[in-house]
Amino acid sequence: MYSPTSVPSPTSVPSPTSAPATRFAVPGRIAVSNGTAATWQRATLTEIRRETPHAATFRFAVPGWAGHLPGQHLMLRLRAEDGYVAQRHYSIASPPDDEGHVELTLDHVDGGEVSGWFHTVAEPGDEVELRGPLSGFFAWPGDRPALLIGAGSGVVPLMSMVRHHRARNLAVPLRLLVSARGPDELIYASEYGAETTAVYTRSAPAGVPVGRVAAAHVARLLADPPEGGWEAYVCGSNGFAEHASRLLVDAGQPVDRIRIERFG
Amino acid sequence: MNVTRGFAGRARVRNDGLPPGQYDARDDWPVLSAEVTPELATSQWTFTVGGLVAEERTWSWDEAHALPPSSYEGDIHCVTSWSKFGVRFAGVSLDAFLDLARPAAEATHAVAYSHTGYTTNLPLADLTGGRAWIVWEYGDEPLPAEHGGPARLIVPHLYFWKSAKWIAGIRLLDHDEPGFWEQNGYHHRGDPWEEQRYSGD
Repeated sequence: MYSPTSVPSPTSVPSPTSAPATRFAVPGRIAVSNGTAATWQRATLTEIRRETPHAATFRFAVPGWAGHLPGQHLMLRLRAEDGYVAQRHYSIASPPDDEGHVELTLDHVDGGEVSGWFHTVAEPGDEVELRGPLSGFFAWPGDRPALLIGAGSGVVPLMSMVRHHRARNLAVPLRLLVSARGPDELIYASEYGAETTAVYTRSAPAGVPVGRVAAAHVARLLADPPEGGWEAYVCGSNGFAEHASRLLVDAGQPVDRIRIERFG
Repeated sequence: MNVTRGFAGRARVRNDGLPPGQYDARDDWPVLSAEVTPELATSQWTFTVGGLVAEERTWSWDEAHALPPSSYEGDIHCVTSWSKFGVRFAGVSLDAFLDLARPAAEATHAVAYSHTGYTTNLPLADLTGGRAWIVWEYGDEPLPAEHGGPARLIVPHLYFWKSAKWIAGIRLLDHDEPGFWEQNGYHHRGDPWEEQRYSGD
Protein backbone atom coordinates (compact mmCIF):
# COMPACT_ATOMS: atom_id res chain seq x y z
CA MET A 1 0.00 0.00 0.00
CA TYR A 2 1.40 3.36 -0.96
CA SER A 3 1.77 5.58 2.05
CA PRO A 4 -1.02 8.19 1.98
CA THR A 5 1.29 10.66 3.69
CA SER A 6 3.24 10.82 0.46
CA VAL A 7 0.24 11.90 -1.59
CA PRO A 8 -0.20 15.66 -1.83
CA SER A 9 -2.77 16.77 0.70
CA PRO A 10 -5.08 19.74 0.16
CA THR A 11 -3.14 21.76 2.73
CA SER A 12 0.06 21.36 0.75
CA VAL A 13 -1.36 22.81 -2.45
CA PRO A 14 0.97 25.65 -3.39
CA SER A 15 -0.02 29.17 -4.28
CA PRO A 16 -1.16 29.70 -7.87
CA THR A 17 2.01 31.47 -8.87
CA SER A 18 4.52 28.86 -7.82
CA ALA A 19 5.20 25.26 -8.67
CA PRO A 20 4.79 22.47 -6.13
CA ALA A 21 7.94 21.53 -4.25
CA THR A 22 9.57 18.24 -5.13
CA ARG A 23 9.43 16.49 -1.78
CA PHE A 24 12.08 13.85 -2.33
CA ALA A 25 14.74 16.34 -3.38
CA VAL A 26 16.74 17.26 -0.32
CA PRO A 27 17.82 20.89 -0.72
CA GLY A 28 21.49 21.63 -0.83
CA ARG A 29 22.60 18.11 -1.64
CA ILE A 30 22.82 18.37 -5.36
CA ALA A 31 25.88 19.78 -7.00
CA VAL A 32 25.90 19.87 -10.75
CA SER A 33 27.74 22.49 -12.69
CA ASN A 34 25.55 23.24 -15.68
CA GLY A 35 28.53 24.49 -17.64
CA THR A 36 30.65 21.38 -17.24
CA ALA A 37 27.67 19.11 -17.81
CA ALA A 38 27.24 20.57 -21.27
CA THR A 39 30.89 20.45 -22.29
CA TRP A 40 32.42 17.42 -23.98
CA GLN A 41 35.93 16.76 -22.79
CA ARG A 42 38.68 14.59 -24.15
CA ALA A 43 39.60 11.67 -21.90
CA THR A 44 42.66 9.46 -22.29
CA LEU A 45 42.50 5.87 -21.14
CA THR A 46 45.43 5.28 -18.81
CA GLU A 47 44.80 1.90 -17.20
CA ILE A 48 42.58 -1.18 -17.47
CA ARG A 49 42.06 -3.43 -14.45
CA ARG A 50 40.19 -6.71 -14.62
CA GLU A 51 37.61 -6.99 -11.82
CA THR A 52 35.70 -10.18 -12.70
CA PRO A 53 35.46 -12.39 -15.81
CA HIS A 54 32.81 -9.98 -17.15
CA ALA A 55 33.76 -6.62 -15.69
CA ALA A 56 36.80 -4.37 -15.92
CA THR A 57 37.69 -0.94 -14.63
CA PHE A 58 38.81 1.73 -17.08
CA ARG A 59 40.77 4.68 -15.71
CA PHE A 60 40.88 7.96 -17.63
CA ALA A 61 42.87 11.13 -17.39
CA VAL A 62 40.53 14.06 -17.96
CA PRO A 63 42.60 17.24 -17.61
CA GLY A 64 39.59 19.55 -17.39
CA TRP A 65 37.56 17.40 -15.02
CA ALA A 66 35.78 19.68 -12.54
CA GLY A 67 35.43 16.97 -9.91
CA HIS A 68 32.35 15.00 -8.91
CA LEU A 69 30.45 13.70 -5.93
CA PRO A 70 30.29 9.97 -5.20
CA GLY A 71 27.21 8.53 -6.93
CA GLN A 72 27.19 10.84 -9.94
CA HIS A 73 27.49 9.61 -13.50
CA LEU A 74 28.84 10.86 -16.78
CA MET A 75 28.00 10.51 -20.45
CA LEU A 76 30.60 8.95 -22.70
CA ARG A 77 30.70 8.94 -26.49
CA LEU A 78 32.53 7.06 -29.20
CA ARG A 79 32.60 8.01 -32.87
CA ALA A 80 32.99 5.68 -35.86
CA GLU A 81 34.79 6.52 -39.13
CA ASP A 82 31.49 7.23 -40.87
CA GLY A 83 30.45 9.78 -38.26
CA TYR A 84 28.19 7.42 -36.32
CA VAL A 85 28.17 8.36 -32.65
CA ALA A 86 27.27 6.13 -29.70
CA GLN A 87 26.79 7.63 -26.29
CA ARG A 88 25.98 6.05 -22.95
CA HIS A 89 25.57 7.05 -19.33
CA TYR A 90 27.90 5.35 -16.84
CA SER A 91 28.24 5.66 -13.09
CA ILE A 92 31.58 6.91 -11.84
CA ALA A 93 33.43 4.30 -9.76
CA SER A 94 36.24 6.43 -8.42
CA PRO A 95 35.99 8.78 -5.47
CA PRO A 96 36.47 12.52 -5.95
CA ASP A 97 40.00 13.03 -7.21
CA ASP A 98 41.74 16.35 -7.44
CA GLU A 99 44.15 15.11 -10.10
CA GLY A 100 41.72 14.93 -12.98
CA HIS A 101 41.03 11.20 -13.18
CA VAL A 102 37.83 9.21 -13.31
CA GLU A 103 37.25 5.47 -13.36
CA LEU A 104 34.36 3.51 -14.85
CA THR A 105 33.69 -0.17 -14.25
CA LEU A 106 31.89 -1.70 -17.22
CA ASP A 107 30.25 -5.07 -17.68
CA HIS A 108 30.86 -6.68 -21.04
CA VAL A 109 27.28 -6.65 -22.35
CA ASP A 110 26.40 -9.22 -25.03
CA GLY A 111 26.30 -7.34 -28.32
CA GLY A 112 26.96 -4.06 -26.51
CA GLU A 113 28.56 -1.71 -29.00
CA VAL A 114 30.19 0.55 -26.43
CA SER A 115 31.05 -2.00 -23.72
CA GLY A 116 32.19 -4.34 -26.51
CA TRP A 117 34.65 -1.72 -27.76
CA PHE A 118 35.99 -1.22 -24.24
CA HIS A 119 36.41 -4.91 -23.55
CA THR A 120 37.85 -6.01 -26.89
CA VAL A 121 39.52 -2.99 -28.51
CA ALA A 122 40.43 -0.33 -25.95
CA GLU A 123 44.04 0.09 -24.84
CA PRO A 124 45.82 2.67 -22.69
CA GLY A 125 46.41 5.75 -24.83
CA ASP A 126 43.03 5.57 -26.58
CA GLU A 127 40.93 8.70 -26.46
CA VAL A 128 37.19 9.00 -25.92
CA GLU A 129 34.99 11.95 -25.04
CA LEU A 130 32.88 12.47 -21.98
CA ARG A 131 30.78 15.10 -20.28
CA GLY A 132 29.78 15.46 -16.69
CA PRO A 133 29.44 14.96 -13.84
CA LEU A 134 25.69 14.60 -14.23
CA SER A 135 22.63 14.09 -12.12
CA GLY A 136 23.43 14.84 -8.52
CA PHE A 137 20.27 13.25 -7.19
CA PHE A 138 22.02 9.97 -6.44
CA ALA A 139 25.10 11.74 -5.07
CA TRP A 140 26.36 11.30 -1.54
CA PRO A 141 28.74 14.02 -0.34
CA GLY A 142 29.45 12.13 2.88
CA ASP A 143 27.24 14.29 5.05
CA ARG A 144 24.59 11.80 6.21
CA PRO A 145 24.51 8.21 7.44
CA ALA A 146 24.06 6.08 4.33
CA LEU A 147 22.75 2.61 3.56
CA LEU A 148 23.96 1.34 0.21
CA ILE A 149 22.35 -1.60 -1.56
CA GLY A 150 23.63 -2.75 -4.94
CA ALA A 151 23.58 -5.77 -7.20
CA GLY A 152 26.01 -6.74 -9.94
CA SER A 153 27.51 -3.65 -11.52
CA GLY A 154 25.02 -1.63 -9.47
CA VAL A 155 27.73 -1.54 -6.84
CA VAL A 156 29.80 0.84 -9.00
CA PRO A 157 28.44 4.23 -7.81
CA LEU A 158 28.17 2.84 -4.28
CA MET A 159 31.86 1.93 -4.33
CA SER A 160 32.66 5.55 -5.13
CA MET A 161 30.89 6.38 -1.85
CA VAL A 162 32.73 3.68 0.13
CA ARG A 163 36.06 4.84 -1.28
CA HIS A 164 35.21 8.45 -0.49
CA HIS A 165 34.28 7.49 3.07
CA ARG A 166 37.59 5.72 3.45
CA ALA A 167 39.77 8.31 1.75
CA ARG A 168 38.42 11.10 3.94
CA ASN A 169 38.23 9.01 7.13
CA LEU A 170 34.60 10.05 7.52
CA ALA A 171 32.97 9.24 10.83
CA VAL A 172 29.42 9.25 9.44
CA PRO A 173 27.97 5.69 9.44
CA LEU A 174 28.05 3.82 6.15
CA ARG A 175 26.82 0.30 5.38
CA LEU A 176 26.92 -1.59 2.10
CA LEU A 177 24.89 -4.63 1.10
CA VAL A 178 26.10 -6.03 -2.20
CA SER A 179 24.56 -8.86 -4.17
CA ALA A 180 26.46 -10.95 -6.72
CA ARG A 181 25.82 -14.26 -8.47
CA GLY A 182 28.87 -15.75 -6.84
CA PRO A 183 32.27 -14.86 -5.40
CA ASP A 184 33.82 -14.74 -8.90
CA GLU A 185 31.25 -12.17 -9.98
CA LEU A 186 31.70 -9.89 -6.98
CA ILE A 187 33.19 -6.64 -8.26
CA TYR A 188 35.82 -5.01 -5.98
CA ALA A 189 35.84 -8.16 -3.79
CA SER A 190 39.25 -7.43 -2.30
CA GLU A 191 38.33 -3.88 -1.27
CA TYR A 192 35.42 -4.47 1.07
CA GLY A 193 35.74 -4.05 4.79
CA ALA A 194 33.58 -4.26 7.87
CA GLU A 195 30.99 -1.93 6.31
CA THR A 196 30.06 -4.54 3.70
CA THR A 197 27.83 -7.61 3.64
CA ALA A 198 27.93 -9.72 0.48
CA VAL A 199 24.92 -11.76 -0.61
CA TYR A 200 25.35 -14.53 -3.19
CA THR A 201 22.43 -15.58 -5.37
CA ARG A 202 23.83 -18.63 -7.23
CA SER A 203 26.96 -19.94 -5.54
CA ALA A 204 28.71 -18.98 -2.34
CA PRO A 205 31.85 -19.82 -0.40
CA ALA A 206 31.57 -22.77 2.00
CA GLY A 207 29.37 -21.97 4.96
CA VAL A 208 27.75 -18.93 3.33
CA PRO A 209 24.07 -19.28 2.38
CA VAL A 210 22.86 -18.84 -1.22
CA GLY A 211 19.84 -16.60 -1.85
CA ARG A 212 18.68 -13.16 -2.84
CA VAL A 213 18.62 -10.06 -0.68
CA ALA A 214 15.83 -10.60 1.86
CA ALA A 215 13.97 -8.78 4.61
CA ALA A 216 16.38 -10.13 7.23
CA HIS A 217 19.37 -8.55 5.45
CA VAL A 218 17.60 -5.22 5.27
CA ALA A 219 16.51 -5.43 8.92
CA ARG A 220 20.14 -5.90 9.96
CA LEU A 221 21.19 -3.03 7.72
CA LEU A 222 18.60 -0.72 9.28
CA ALA A 223 19.36 -1.78 12.85
CA ASP A 224 20.60 0.78 15.39
CA PRO A 225 19.60 3.82 13.34
CA PRO A 226 21.80 6.88 13.79
CA GLU A 227 20.29 10.15 14.92
CA GLY A 228 18.33 11.61 12.03
CA GLY A 229 17.98 8.22 10.37
CA TRP A 230 19.49 6.72 7.24
CA GLU A 231 19.66 7.89 3.67
CA ALA A 232 19.27 4.83 1.40
CA TYR A 233 20.86 4.40 -2.02
CA VAL A 234 19.78 1.49 -4.22
CA CYS A 235 21.45 0.63 -7.52
CA GLY A 236 21.02 -2.28 -9.89
CA SER A 237 18.74 -3.70 -12.56
CA ASN A 238 15.18 -2.49 -12.45
CA GLY A 239 14.03 -5.83 -11.04
CA PHE A 240 16.57 -5.63 -8.24
CA ALA A 241 15.82 -1.96 -7.58
CA GLU A 242 12.10 -2.72 -7.26
CA HIS A 243 12.79 -5.64 -4.92
CA ALA A 244 15.30 -3.86 -2.70
CA SER A 245 13.38 -0.58 -2.47
CA ARG A 246 10.22 -2.49 -1.53
CA LEU A 247 12.11 -4.29 1.25
CA LEU A 248 13.36 -0.94 2.53
CA VAL A 249 9.86 0.56 2.54
CA ASP A 250 8.46 -2.52 4.26
CA ALA A 251 11.19 -2.21 6.89
CA GLY A 252 10.15 1.35 7.64
CA GLN A 253 12.59 3.42 5.58
CA PRO A 254 10.71 6.58 4.40
CA VAL A 255 10.09 6.60 0.62
CA ASP A 256 11.47 10.10 0.29
CA ARG A 257 14.78 8.95 1.75
CA ILE A 258 15.38 6.24 -0.80
CA ARG A 259 17.30 7.15 -3.94
CA ILE A 260 17.34 4.73 -6.83
CA GLU A 261 19.58 4.33 -9.85
CA ARG A 262 18.21 1.72 -12.27
CA PHE A 263 20.02 0.01 -15.08
CA GLY A 264 17.81 -0.55 -18.15
CA MET B 1 35.28 15.13 -32.29
CA ASN B 2 37.93 12.65 -33.33
CA VAL B 3 37.17 9.16 -34.54
CA THR B 4 37.53 6.56 -31.78
CA ARG B 5 40.23 4.09 -32.78
CA GLY B 6 38.76 0.74 -33.76
CA PHE B 7 35.15 1.73 -33.11
CA ALA B 8 32.77 0.70 -35.88
CA GLY B 9 29.48 0.76 -34.03
CA ARG B 10 26.83 -1.88 -34.24
CA ALA B 11 25.77 -2.91 -37.74
CA ARG B 12 22.95 -0.51 -38.35
CA VAL B 13 20.38 0.66 -40.81
CA ARG B 14 19.76 4.31 -41.38
CA ASN B 15 16.75 5.42 -39.39
CA ASP B 16 15.44 8.91 -40.00
CA GLY B 17 13.23 8.64 -36.93
CA LEU B 18 16.20 8.52 -34.61
CA PRO B 19 17.17 11.89 -33.10
CA PRO B 20 20.90 12.65 -32.82
CA GLY B 21 22.79 10.62 -30.24
CA GLN B 22 19.94 8.14 -29.72
CA TYR B 23 19.82 4.38 -30.28
CA ASP B 24 16.87 2.08 -30.90
CA ALA B 25 15.99 0.20 -27.69
CA ARG B 26 13.82 -2.20 -29.78
CA ASP B 27 11.87 -4.43 -27.38
CA ASP B 28 13.41 -2.98 -24.25
CA TRP B 29 11.64 -0.32 -22.28
CA PRO B 30 14.14 0.73 -19.61
CA VAL B 31 12.71 2.00 -16.36
CA LEU B 32 14.33 5.25 -15.32
CA SER B 33 13.02 6.73 -12.16
CA ALA B 34 14.93 7.76 -9.10
CA GLU B 35 12.01 7.04 -6.82
CA VAL B 36 10.37 4.07 -5.18
CA THR B 37 7.57 2.89 -7.45
CA PRO B 38 4.33 3.85 -5.68
CA GLU B 39 1.49 1.38 -5.34
CA LEU B 40 -1.12 3.93 -6.25
CA ALA B 41 -4.64 2.49 -6.58
CA THR B 42 -6.94 3.89 -9.23
CA SER B 43 -9.33 4.87 -6.41
CA GLN B 44 -6.55 7.07 -4.96
CA TRP B 45 -5.56 8.62 -8.26
CA THR B 46 -6.75 12.12 -9.10
CA PHE B 47 -5.70 14.63 -11.71
CA THR B 48 -5.90 18.39 -11.10
CA VAL B 49 -5.51 21.33 -13.44
CA GLY B 50 -4.86 24.43 -11.34
CA GLY B 51 -2.93 27.65 -11.09
CA LEU B 52 -3.79 30.29 -13.68
CA VAL B 53 -7.10 28.81 -14.87
CA ALA B 54 -10.66 30.11 -14.83
CA GLU B 55 -11.71 27.13 -12.76
CA GLU B 56 -9.40 24.71 -10.95
CA ARG B 57 -10.66 21.21 -11.68
CA THR B 58 -9.90 17.79 -10.25
CA TRP B 59 -10.89 14.55 -11.95
CA SER B 60 -11.20 11.15 -10.32
CA TRP B 61 -10.24 8.00 -12.22
CA ASP B 62 -13.83 7.49 -13.41
CA GLU B 63 -14.36 11.15 -14.28
CA ALA B 64 -11.18 11.22 -16.34
CA HIS B 65 -12.26 8.07 -18.16
CA ALA B 66 -15.57 9.73 -19.04
CA LEU B 67 -13.72 12.29 -21.23
CA PRO B 68 -13.35 11.58 -24.96
CA PRO B 69 -10.71 8.88 -25.50
CA SER B 70 -7.55 9.73 -27.38
CA SER B 71 -4.39 7.81 -28.11
CA TYR B 72 -0.81 8.35 -29.22
CA GLU B 73 1.00 6.01 -31.55
CA GLY B 74 4.55 6.93 -32.37
CA ASP B 75 8.03 7.21 -30.95
CA ILE B 76 9.47 8.14 -27.57
CA HIS B 77 12.97 9.35 -26.72
CA CYS B 78 14.76 9.18 -23.38
CA VAL B 79 17.58 11.57 -22.55
CA THR B 80 19.75 8.63 -21.48
CA SER B 81 19.94 7.92 -25.24
CA TRP B 82 17.43 5.18 -25.99
CA SER B 83 14.46 5.68 -28.28
CA LYS B 84 11.52 3.38 -28.78
CA PHE B 85 9.54 3.26 -32.00
CA GLY B 86 5.85 2.71 -32.65
CA VAL B 87 4.61 2.62 -29.07
CA ARG B 88 0.91 3.04 -28.38
CA PHE B 89 -0.58 4.79 -25.37
CA ALA B 90 -4.30 5.34 -24.75
CA GLY B 91 -6.00 7.83 -22.46
CA VAL B 92 -7.28 11.36 -22.91
CA SER B 93 -5.77 14.35 -24.68
CA LEU B 94 -4.58 16.98 -22.24
CA ASP B 95 -6.58 19.48 -24.34
CA ALA B 96 -9.78 17.91 -23.01
CA PHE B 97 -8.78 18.72 -19.42
CA LEU B 98 -7.50 22.20 -20.27
CA ASP B 99 -10.67 23.07 -22.21
CA LEU B 100 -12.69 22.45 -19.06
CA ALA B 101 -10.34 24.34 -16.70
CA ARG B 102 -9.88 27.22 -19.20
CA PRO B 103 -6.30 28.57 -18.92
CA ALA B 104 -6.01 32.28 -18.15
CA ALA B 105 -4.64 34.51 -20.89
CA GLU B 106 -1.46 35.16 -18.91
CA ALA B 107 -0.63 31.45 -18.47
CA THR B 108 2.53 30.66 -20.42
CA HIS B 109 4.08 27.68 -18.64
CA ALA B 110 3.11 24.69 -16.59
CA VAL B 111 4.63 22.48 -13.96
CA ALA B 112 3.50 18.87 -14.08
CA TYR B 113 3.66 17.11 -10.72
CA SER B 114 3.31 13.53 -9.63
CA HIS B 115 1.67 11.78 -6.71
CA THR B 116 5.23 11.03 -5.58
CA GLY B 117 6.31 14.67 -5.57
CA TYR B 118 8.25 14.62 -8.85
CA THR B 119 7.98 17.83 -10.88
CA THR B 120 8.86 18.91 -14.41
CA ASN B 121 8.27 22.19 -16.23
CA LEU B 122 6.88 22.72 -19.72
CA PRO B 123 5.90 25.66 -21.90
CA LEU B 124 2.11 25.58 -22.15
CA ALA B 125 2.45 25.49 -25.94
CA ASP B 126 4.07 22.04 -25.63
CA LEU B 127 1.01 20.71 -23.80
CA THR B 128 -1.73 21.93 -26.15
CA GLY B 129 -2.82 21.27 -29.72
CA GLY B 130 -2.88 17.48 -29.48
CA ARG B 131 0.72 17.07 -28.32
CA ALA B 132 0.21 15.82 -24.77
CA TRP B 133 -1.93 13.12 -23.16
CA ILE B 134 -2.85 11.64 -19.82
CA VAL B 135 -2.58 7.90 -20.50
CA TRP B 136 -3.47 4.72 -18.63
CA GLU B 137 -2.89 2.06 -21.28
CA TYR B 138 0.27 0.87 -22.96
CA GLY B 139 -0.45 -1.38 -25.92
CA ASP B 140 -3.79 -2.78 -24.88
CA GLU B 141 -2.78 -3.31 -21.28
CA PRO B 142 -3.04 -1.14 -18.18
CA LEU B 143 0.07 1.01 -17.83
CA PRO B 144 2.46 -0.83 -15.46
CA ALA B 145 3.19 0.94 -12.17
CA GLU B 146 6.92 1.07 -12.88
CA HIS B 147 6.17 2.99 -16.08
CA GLY B 148 3.92 5.46 -14.29
CA GLY B 149 0.66 3.55 -13.87
CA PRO B 150 -2.12 3.93 -13.12
CA ALA B 151 -1.71 7.10 -15.22
CA ARG B 152 1.07 9.30 -16.52
CA LEU B 153 1.55 12.35 -18.67
CA ILE B 154 3.11 11.83 -22.08
CA VAL B 155 4.62 14.62 -24.14
CA PRO B 156 6.28 12.46 -26.77
CA HIS B 157 7.88 15.25 -28.81
CA LEU B 158 10.14 16.05 -25.82
CA TYR B 159 12.62 13.86 -23.92
CA PHE B 160 10.68 11.48 -21.75
CA TRP B 161 11.62 12.93 -18.35
CA LYS B 162 8.99 15.56 -19.22
CA SER B 163 6.35 12.81 -19.34
CA ALA B 164 5.76 12.71 -15.60
CA LYS B 165 4.85 9.29 -14.18
CA TRP B 166 2.06 8.88 -11.59
CA ILE B 167 0.74 12.24 -12.73
CA ALA B 168 -1.23 14.16 -10.10
CA GLY B 169 -1.74 17.47 -11.86
CA ILE B 170 -0.47 20.43 -13.78
CA ARG B 171 -0.23 23.94 -12.45
CA LEU B 172 -0.30 26.81 -14.93
CA LEU B 173 2.05 29.73 -14.32
CA ASP B 174 2.89 33.05 -15.96
CA HIS B 175 6.60 32.20 -15.87
CA ASP B 176 8.91 29.21 -16.19
CA GLU B 177 9.85 27.34 -13.01
CA PRO B 178 12.32 24.50 -13.38
CA GLY B 179 11.24 21.11 -12.08
CA PHE B 180 13.20 18.34 -10.42
CA TRP B 181 15.68 17.35 -13.15
CA GLU B 182 15.75 20.86 -14.60
CA GLN B 183 17.06 22.13 -11.25
CA ASN B 184 19.67 19.41 -11.47
CA GLY B 185 21.39 20.32 -14.69
CA TYR B 186 18.91 19.15 -17.30
CA HIS B 187 17.68 21.34 -20.13
CA HIS B 188 14.54 23.35 -19.49
CA ARG B 189 12.76 22.27 -22.67
CA GLY B 190 14.31 18.98 -23.82
CA ASP B 191 13.71 18.77 -27.58
CA PRO B 192 15.34 15.51 -28.76
CA TRP B 193 15.83 16.83 -32.30
CA GLU B 194 17.79 19.79 -30.97
CA GLU B 195 19.57 17.42 -28.55
CA GLN B 196 18.61 19.62 -25.60
CA ARG B 197 19.81 17.23 -22.91
CA TYR B 198 21.56 19.36 -20.35
CA SER B 199 21.45 22.99 -19.35
CA GLY B 200 23.64 24.84 -21.82
CA ASP B 201 22.98 22.47 -24.76
